[in-house]
Amino acid sequence: MADAAESTADDVELIDVAVIGAGVVGAAVARLLAHHRVTVMLVDANSDVGAGTSKANTAILHTGFDATPGSIESRLVARGYALLREYAPEVGIAVEEVGAMLVAWDDEQAANLPALVAKAEANGYHDTSIIDAAAVYSLEPHLGPGVTAGMLVPGEHIIDPWSTPLAFARESIANGAGWRPLHRVATIAVGNDTTLVTTTSGATVRCRFVVNAAGLFSDAINTMVGLNTFTIRPRRGELIVFDKLSRPLLRRTILPVPTAHTKGVLVAPTVFGNIMLGPTAEDLDDRSATGSSRRGMDDLLAKGRKIVPSLLDEEVTAVYAGLRAATEHSDYQIEHHPDLRYVCLGGIRSTGLTASMALAEEALDRLRNCGLELIRKDSDELVGVHASNLGEASTRLYQTGGCGPIVCHCERVTRDEITAACTGDLRAVDLDGLRRRTRALTGRCQGFWCTAEVCSLAATSDGRAVTEWLGVR
Amino acid sequence: MSGVDVIVVGGGPSGLSAAIELRRRGAINVIVLEREAEAGGAPRHTDHLGFGIRDMHRLLSGPRYARELRERAEHAGVDIRLATTAVDWPAPTSIQVADSRGLSVIEASAVVLATGVRERPRSARMIAGDRPAGVLTTGSLQQIVHVHRTKPGTNAVIVGAEHVSFSAIMTLRDAGVKVAAMVTPFTHHQTYSPLRLATATRHRVPVVTGANVAEIHGHGRVEAVTLTTGRRIDCDTVVFTGDWIPDHELARRGAISIDEIHRGAVIDGSLRTDRPGVFAIGNLTHPAETADVCALDGRHVAKPVAEWLDDGVWPGAGCRVTGASPILWISPAVVHPDVVPRGGHVFMRVSAFVERRSVVVTQADRVLWHSNIVNSFVPNRSIHISAEWMKRVDPDGGEITVALSTVPV
Repeated sequence: MADAAESTADDVELIDVAVIGAGVVGAAVARLLAHHRVTVMLVDANSDVGAGTSKANTAILHTGFDATPGSIESRLVARGYALLREYAPEVGIAVEEVGAMLVAWDDEQAANLPALVAKAEANGYHDTSIIDAAAVYSLEPHLGPGVTAGMLVPGEHIIDPWSTPLAFARESIANGAGWRPLHRVATIAVGNDTTLVTTTSGATVRCRFVVNAAGLFSDAINTMVGLNTFTIRPRRGELIVFDKLSRPLLRRTILPVPTAHTKGVLVAPTVFGNIMLGPTAEDLDDRSATGSSRRGMDDLLAKGRKIVPSLLDEEVTAVYAGLRAATEHSDYQIEHHPDLRYVCLGGIRSTGLTASMALAEEALDRLRNCGLELIRKDSDELVGVHASNLGEASTRLYQTGGCGPIVCHCERVTRDEITAACTGDLRAVDLDGLRRRTRALTGRCQGFWCTAEVCSLAATSDGRAVTEWLGVR
Repeated sequence: MSGVDVIVVGGGPSGLSAAIELRRRGAINVIVLEREAEAGGAPRHTDHLGFGIRDMHRLLSGPRYARELRERAEHAGVDIRLATTAVDWPAPTSIQVADSRGLSVIEASAVVLATGVRERPRSARMIAGDRPAGVLTTGSLQQIVHVHRTKPGTNAVIVGAEHVSFSAIMTLRDAGVKVAAMVTPFTHHQTYSPLRLATATRHRVPVVTGANVAEIHGHGRVEAVTLTTGRRIDCDTVVFTGDWIPDHELARRGAISIDEIHRGAVIDGSLRTDRPGVFAIGNLTHPAETADVCALDGRHVAKPVAEWLDDGVWPGAGCRVTGASPILWISPAVVHPDVVPRGGHVFMRVSAFVERRSVVVTQADRVLWHSNIVNSFVPNRSIHISAEWMKRVDPDGGEITVALSTVPV
């Protein structure tokens, strides 16, 4: 195997690190590697960055107050929170410190709050406070009846989950990393000095080190290098996004109090000016089951009606379902194998967005332990990136003007934003990618008014046919 | 900052007609804010006959009708600001607008909201399944076909069986798309029989009644739908039709009363909202009537607007009109003394097929009006009833109820 791997790949350029998976974790790893004097290749089965698990989550930047103290997840979420909170505003990722409140709806839940304060302390988060029902209603007057107590976690943020992996990937590419979309890894052959990664598209990547950030398929990649330490058990989370007219109903994220019997849902503002309700948690076998279900939506609506009754009077703008890459273990599955020159970042669930930049640091530490020499580039060699902030709390381009007319009216996306998203590095290749880059088509009309115009602009920008943008086969 | 007499928000049939009529009434300084690059509204893309009958007394296609409206507006000297979005209300009758230069404010003495209506998309109907390409509304379908002259798919399922659903069939057939089925939860289609007959014979589209789409299948592209009956239909396109929701964002940002059922602006017979100086017309007030009906609203609003500019008098709350089940809504839904709505009738909708009922209007226990004949009522279809009873309303008599009665008259 080793001989075969090395003999057939003489003609392929040798790179230092292949990062498998361009979700928020893999893109963060590629970004940090590209800050060093190594060659990096980011590969993904999808056509775009952040098109798997990373695209459908609750978009919260967690303090990590409720993580399991002493776990890897606790450490990396706390570190990642600090890193991403600083990084996001620098590069134009919308982030808002709206804070969160855990709301207790019965005495059992209220009785659990002191233990959660203690847990937060153990996780190094010291700003929580318990308040009575009257104080809860004065802060959040639209909550439904029956609140018994609350706990404030003022450091919880909401963040733009789409721009984050895109910013990481753009920065990695700007600093020399390679990007191979539509490259689903088929085999990995670990030789004495080099590893050969082949993809279903027929390509071969010859590298010295491999980082597995393959999310839902991280166990499959593990198996390809001969490891069998965990199995992904996809956990579906469905989310309902309500019309922007609902946004005044809440000031902060409303979190459930976990009990032995139930795990409730959260109601959170989004940086795009909506209110989100979810997620459900349903263990599945099918890694492609990203569809929403009638039962899941009914369950969410029933829970949402209790938490913020008037939310249900508003129109639903979108329904999403995402799969979290859960495993049989409760903690992240991070391992490194010097003999295989391999680092695995597996079992990264919903906290992966928050922890992403800390996971990148962790991956680099472990690559060093596997024998990779990492020398930081000088700061004047590094290229920064900046994208226009898509958050409602910042000034949007339609407000400043000079970017052409508004094309997507619900989300107020201008002509030039759409054109820019369809040109240059890491351009959108389909309408979903355009949605994640600009917000176009994600609003209340879901393209009733602007689908044709957006497709015209996209097709003019990149020279492809309108039918391709429309997804006509 | 600039100032005018009247801002009309929306350059569709009702908004343009209002502006034209206001100009005809004299030197009223009126501007129309249209967020698209071209005025004319939804008919611009509805490329088949059926427009202009009631307002222009001609039978035109949608695009031809829209062009005629634009030409009449230009001839009347209406100032249309294209690619200009109304964003917010910095003052009771002023509008903050966004155009390619950014934000600015236009001050006015009156505002006429004509922001129209859209079809509820798949997400708002909470249809389960993945989110593949190929899921459209009639609006997006007609724009794609009209603008691009392209086939949006090969085999479609149409959700809904009301007038607009048949309009979607015509568009799909013109584009060369096969229609696998039309699906409605009702026991029967809800359009006029001749239209249904034409569709059945010319296009051979099977109508599946008593069912809705339960789930959409397919990852990159639609592959099939499953109905609530369990039946699976293969298709690569799903078109959600009707189920109208007014584009009420600006109205709601202005804290204007919104009807709990149709979610559009609540108005009286003079198309006045409960906010002084703010009027609402077109499908923002009755989702949805045909374009010519909306245009007549626009003409009708000109006189009350001129009166408001002249005397600055705005009425109080008035008497609220509600419908008893199976009546969904009534518009206008506010009665003021001596105000008769346009055409002497009010619009309503019912939620189910009902046979042989008369209409009864009561205030407290007093019967204001009783229709002389019995009728059948069809859901999703425009129903007009007489407003002749409004002159008998007691201004202090409280809420008015419209109901359907089995009792023969």
